[in-house]
Amino acid sequence: MASLISTADQQKLRDAFSEMTRKVHLVFFTQTIGCETCLQTRQILDELPLLSDKIAIDEVNFVLEKEKAQRYGIDRVPAIALAYDDEAGEAQDTRIRFLGAPAGYEFISLVQAVLLAGGRPSTLKSGTKERLAEVDKPVTMQVFTTPT
Amino acid sequence: MALSSPHITAYAVEATEFPDLARRYQVNGVPKTVVNETVEIMGALPEDMYVEQAIGQFTARATP
Repeated sequence: MASLISTADQQKLRDAFSEMTRKVHLVFFTQTIGCETCLQTRQILDELPLLSDKIAIDEVNFVLEKEKAQRYGIDRVPAIALAYDDEAGEAQDTRIRFLGAPAGYEFISLVQAVLLAGGRPSTLKSGTKERLAEVDKPVTMQVFTTPT
Repeated sequence: MALSSPHITAYAVEATEFPDLARRYQVNGVPKTVVNETVEIMGALPEDMYVEQAIGQFTARATP
C-alpha cells in the first residue's frame, strides 16, 4: 500500500525523528469488531516506525487486555498512549493520550508528542513549568479537536 | 503539560469519533479543553492564560 505521507514529508519526519534520544512506544489500544476507525488508526501509526528505529507500536487488544487498558486509563478505542524507555530501560508513561484516529491536524500533534516523548526539550516557558510544578492534585485535560 | 507534571494526564480527543463525549461536554466548536470535568476553555489561548485557567485551581498556591 502506498504511504499516506508524501516522500518529501517522510524525509522531514525522518530528520526530525533522528534527533530523538529515547525509544518511544505508541501503545495502541484496538479491537477487531465494533471500532470503525481502528484500522485507519493502525494504518496511520504503521507509517511511523518506518521513519525511525526509535519508534515502536505496542498493540493492545482492548477486549482481551483490560488490565493494561485500565492501567493507562483507556476506556474506548481507538486510543494511543505514549511511553518512552528511560536510561534504565524502564517504560515511562508520558501521560499523553490520543483518542480517535490521529488524522489531519491531529497527526501533527501526534508527531510533536512523539518528539517530546523521544527527548525533545519542552518549549514551555520557565514560568509555566514553575506553575505546573505547583500542581498537587490529579488533573485530567481533554482537548477536543476535529480532523479538519 | 503532561510531561511537566506527574499529576497531569492530557487527552487529545477526536470529537467526531466520540459523539457521546462531544455531547457530554457540549463541544460545539474546537478546540475545546475540559479540565477535571469542571473547567472549560474555548479556543486557543496564549500559554500563560491557558495554563493558568487550566490548572490554577489545582495547585498548592491559589491563583493570585
